[in-house]
Amino acid sequence: MARSAPSKAAAKTATPSNPFPVPNWQRPDEPQRYRASASELLDFYRQMVLIRRFEERAGQLYGMGMIGGFCHLYIGQEAVVVGLQSALKSTDSVITGYRDHGHMLVAGIPANAVMAELTGRAAGISKGKGGSMHMFSVEHGFYGGHGIVGAQVSLGTGLAFGHKYRGDGGLAMAYFGDGASNQGQVYESFNMAELWKLPIIFVIENNQYAMGTSVNRASSEDLLYRRGESFRVPGLQVDGMDVQAVRGAAQVAVDWVRSGKGPMLLELKTYRYRGHSMSDPAKYRSREEVQAMREKSDPIEQVKREIIEGGHADEAALKKIDREVREIVDAAADFAETAPEPDAAELYTDVLVGTY
Amino acid sequence: MPEIKLPAMSPTMEEGTLAKWLVKEGDAIKAGDVLAEIETDKATMELEADEPGTMGKIMVPAGSEGVKVGTVIAVIFGDGESQAARTPAPSQTTPPAAPPAPKAPPSPHAGEGDSAPAGRGEGAPQSATKRTTVREALRDAMAEEMRTTDEVFVMGEEVAEYQGAYKVTQGLLEEFGPRRVIDTPITEHGFAGIGAGAAMGGLRPVIEFMTFNFALQAIDHIINSAAKTNYMSGGQMRCPIVFRGPNGAAARVGAQHSHNFAPWYASVPGLIVIAPYSAADAKGLLKAAIRCPDPVVFLENELLYGQSFDVPEGDHVVPIGKASVVRAGKHVTLVSYSIGVGVCLAAAETLAAEGIEAEIIDLRTLRPLDTATVLASLKKTNRMVVVEEGFPVCSIASEIITVAMEQGFDDLDAPVLRVTNVDVPMPYAANLEKLALMKPDDVVRAAKKVCYK
Repeated sequence: MARSAPSKAAAKTATPSNPFPVPNWQRPDEPQRYRASASELLDFYRQMVLIRRFEERAGQLYGMGMIGGFCHLYIGQEAVVVGLQSALKSTDSVITGYRDHGHMLVAGIPANAVMAELTGRAAGISKGKGGSMHMFSVEHGFYGGHGIVGAQVSLGTGLAFGHKYRGDGGLAMAYFGDGASNQGQVYESFNMAELWKLPIIFVIENNQYAMGTSVNRASSEDLLYRRGESFRVPGLQVDGMDVQAVRGAAQVAVDWVRSGKGPMLLELKTYRYRGHSMSDPAKYRSREEVQAMREKSDPIEQVKREIIEGGHADEAALKKIDREVREIVDAAADFAETAPEPDAAELYTDVLVGTY
Repeated sequence: MPEIKLPAMSPTMEEGTLAKWLVKEGDAIKAGDVLAEIETDKATMELEADEPGTMGKIMVPAGSEGVKVGTVIAVIFGDGESQAARTPAPSQTTPPAAPPAPKAPPSPHAGEGDSAPAGRGEGAPQSATKRTTVREALRDAMAEEMRTTDEVFVMGEEVAEYQGAYKVTQGLLEEFGPRRVIDTPITEHGFAGIGAGAAMGGLRPVIEFMTFNFALQAIDHIINSAAKTNYMSGGQMRCPIVFRGPNGAAARVGAQHSHNFAPWYASVPGLIVIAPYSAADAKGLLKAAIRCPDPVVFLENELLYGQSFDVPEGDHVVPIGKASVVRAGKHVTLVSYSIGVGVCLAAAETLAAEGIEAEIIDLRTLRPLDTATVLASLKKTNRMVVVEEGFPVCSIASEIITVAMEQGFDDLDAPVLRVTNVDVPMPYAANLEKLALMKPDDVVRAAKKVCYK
């Protein structure tokens, strides 16, 4: 039985109330829920459904033995990446941990290349040499896909350093989980990012469980958006199940960071419906808890309701999107199952760039 | 406190330059007054008075170079002491002509010192050469590459305003400014990751570790982030970064500060590992490392920083992955790298006196290893000793011996031996440290053994 009541906690919206004295340095404005246009809402819906269906299919392929090793699904967390990425420019850099399939799809990387990487095929985005946790596309500004918990935070700070060094106006967005938020290098990065006013948004995807350890069992300060305060990195807590709330917070952070004020920290309260990885027995939380979250807070259902009730589109339009997404995912799965494995000679390529 | 002796101001300082006196004879002195500026192997330091008094006699004039640690450099009269009464005293207590022996023990590896020859791997340098310390050569390499491309920057602890903990980055801040010469907090894991991320984003960082002992805090980024990225991304995301700093034993700094990590890094595919001996190679290989599209671990040695070698002038670049024959010989091959090369050169002198001509191979690059040069020498001498300032187990020596077994077995007239440090954490006590470190005599003994002499 889980000790906390994450369903209630996650359902809360942004928490403006702060029992601590307000520091006397400048803070970002409280975010407003984004008011998306009809086409934006449909786009959010399409992207979230794409991730959901893609991940469901990846889960099936894993069960069939087509995908090996570790496979971490993003189901339930779709609003986070879709809302945040919608506020970025193509010149910005994105980096995340191993739960990365959704980030890649939203970055515009073809589903075929991602799925084929999961099945270890030559046509995978990493030629089949990276796998689920290690995917990159410099072309799409996506820098991984990192398997070491927390490493992406200092690497992302380095990407931000590069943007500032070049003066190209870009920013970096580094995603990490509530588990990674206890790694020491996260705070080393906060310190230097603020010290040097680097253009980076630190994003804690708080899905409430680091593998099987709930936030309350791992974090002395479980309000993770406060974790930057010692470094003067301002933080906001955001309802990560509401894509428009996410987008609203993203806007505040992007404006803050792009104006040269240094880094910002966003804590997105979210929830993963599936296990930590495919091999998770899920003994640490109840079925009821997961079910309650799905029924009350599902990000896709929320946006669907808003589209219909707001008269932005009808059921038929959403069904059309569902069909299109299903076709993309079917095609990706077929491709990933039938594409050839890497040539044996690929074993020795890409170890080094140069020849010595 | 009548006598002021030149103090040891760093673990490796054996002598210094008395740059400047800030007081003159007869001046009244308060405790804490700066008496003189001393230039050490690492920095220019101020020598302060411990007690009040009057400057009596300056024994070592300003501008004196090579003043040994422990030499009496001045005499101060205490408060109330009559200058007249004390005047004859200095000459009795401190004959300047015979300064006391240095208190600091000589470095176990000193001796090959300033007369060490430059690497001869590229043949005799054709252009003009300049006598340069390893320290200056490394700095020159960075400065030249920074002038060439804006993508190169230097980051680390004390690299900018302090001018480098070991003075290797001296002058870079002045020339390139704080945008490109960046002091970090003491936060190795963090700044190694920032460097690796910046490299993934297309810059060319040179990350200085104050010593490689501290890089253990950052080793995840060196191995998991830098070394593996190109492979894991199917060749589309590179990490052209240089991690550099002193490695191996310094002098009297104990177990946590005296560790050669070359075998650790050299075991990882995806990394380039370089460990030069001479200043010419230090410069040429660091320039090559900065231009290299792959991540490089560049292992320097604190005890070599102050040694001078002939360095070719101009754009001197040494190719990565090529060993160098630093001394030709026909009886036995000595294979080494970094400070071990100096030990081999000293041993070769002794061996030559006994009629054994040793050929010395400086590996220079430890990954990828230039096995062809090693095997060619083995074919010529049929006998080999591997010399390594480091632990024996799972060492570079282990690897070279394996290569000799697998690929040079028919050329062997004797089992290959290794001369390494003792297999214990580095002790502090001077006598124990000396026992723990490998030395020329050990090499001489091993070389004779493989020659059956």
